[in-house]
Amino acid sequence: MAKIKMKKKSTSTDMTAMCDVAFLLLTFFILTATAKVPEALPVDMPASVAITKLPDTDLAIITVGKGKVFFDIKGRELRKRTLEGMGAKYGIEFSEEDKTKFALMDDFGVPITGLKQIIDMKAADRTKANQPGIPLDSLDNQLKEWLLISRRATIDLDDKELQIAIKGDAKEEYPKIRKIMDILQDQKINSFNLVTGTRGKDF
Amino acid sequence: MAELNTGDGGGGKGGKVRSKKQNSKVDLTAMVDLAFLLITFFMLTTSLSKPQSMDLSLPNKDEDDKPVDNTKVDENRTMTVMLGADNKMVYYMGLLATPKVGPKDIAYGKDGIRRELLKQKKNVLAYSAAKGKPKNGIIVIIKPTKKSNYRNLVDILDEMAITGVETYAIVPEFTPEETKVIDKK
Repeated sequence: MAKIKMKKKSTSTDMTAMCDVAFLLLTFFILTATAKVPEALPVDMPASVAITKLPDTDLAIITVGKGKVFFDIKGRELRKRTLEGMGAKYGIEFSEEDKTKFALMDDFGVPITGLKQIIDMKAADRTKANQPGIPLDSLDNQLKEWLLISRRATIDLDDKELQIAIKGDAKEEYPKIRKIMDILQDQKINSFNLVTGTRGKDF
Repeated sequence: MAELNTGDGGGGKGGKVRSKKQNSKVDLTAMVDLAFLLITFFMLTTSLSKPQSMDLSLPNKDEDDKPVDNTKVDENRTMTVMLGADNKMVYYMGLLATPKVGPKDIAYGKDGIRRELLKQKKNVLAYSAAKGKPKNGIIVIIKPTKKSNYRNLVDILDEMAITGVETYAIVPEFTPEETKVIDKK
């Protein structure tokens, strides 16, 4: 009698294709990931249960901490346009190189007269520069100008309204936050975002 | 998964040296594992590094074009929360002269203000339903004092989101009586 021979199946699978796909995806994610730059004014944000994420572009972030106010705009073209506007407003000439550098920068907190100095610094030095914050008292309200000009630039560039987010330090006293909100409301910005950390509902 | 190399264990006749046939397959399992681990890491870090944010809409401040609004708010529906120094909070229902509840000290968190908010919300809904307007919910007036900090404000706004209170306002104005109450605590 003929014996029925069971064919021995190999247990190994061909992983080549899977490996290819995995590395393709890996390359994609590595290339799209952006390196995190240290902030010029680190703040400890309060936590909330909100899970809405901030947009990547057309966003201005006002950072409030240690009594100082810093300003940041997202979007390179928008930054360039805003710097041009501010230069024209305060009569300061910014070179093309300055503008390119400014577009790649992050938040800053200096009066407009000291901005050039900050732009010329290296990224690592900017965080150590001990920036004094943007002046916002009624005599010299530069934050207001920054906001106005960046909002105009957003409308020019993208035909969109600039979104404003306030990133406050948890220990910052309310009057300071109130002042920022007042400046925003003076420009009829009644709706804005508060940047927070996350936490569960169980606290 | 790993492949066992089951070549013949030698022992041929006459001790002939035969070159072993090498298996051309490489085991890719570990490599794929590593690749997927890194993919997961990069995927999560790119989307999680974006900060969360809370929407806040304030009423129009401009006084010139403000419509004259004489709507009387039923004091049975209002709850006033005053945020004081050192993470303290005082609340009362109704008017301060004739409060329905309070003024009482209360803590933040789920055993403090949240429980009270949920309780009062239910009471107000029952009250409104009895009056034939079941849609009128609780109105919370948040009064942050100069000594309160930003965390307090975010915390109380967060409680509004958690308890589902839809009508609330931030009013940083104090009557002398209210200042007395908050200073005493």
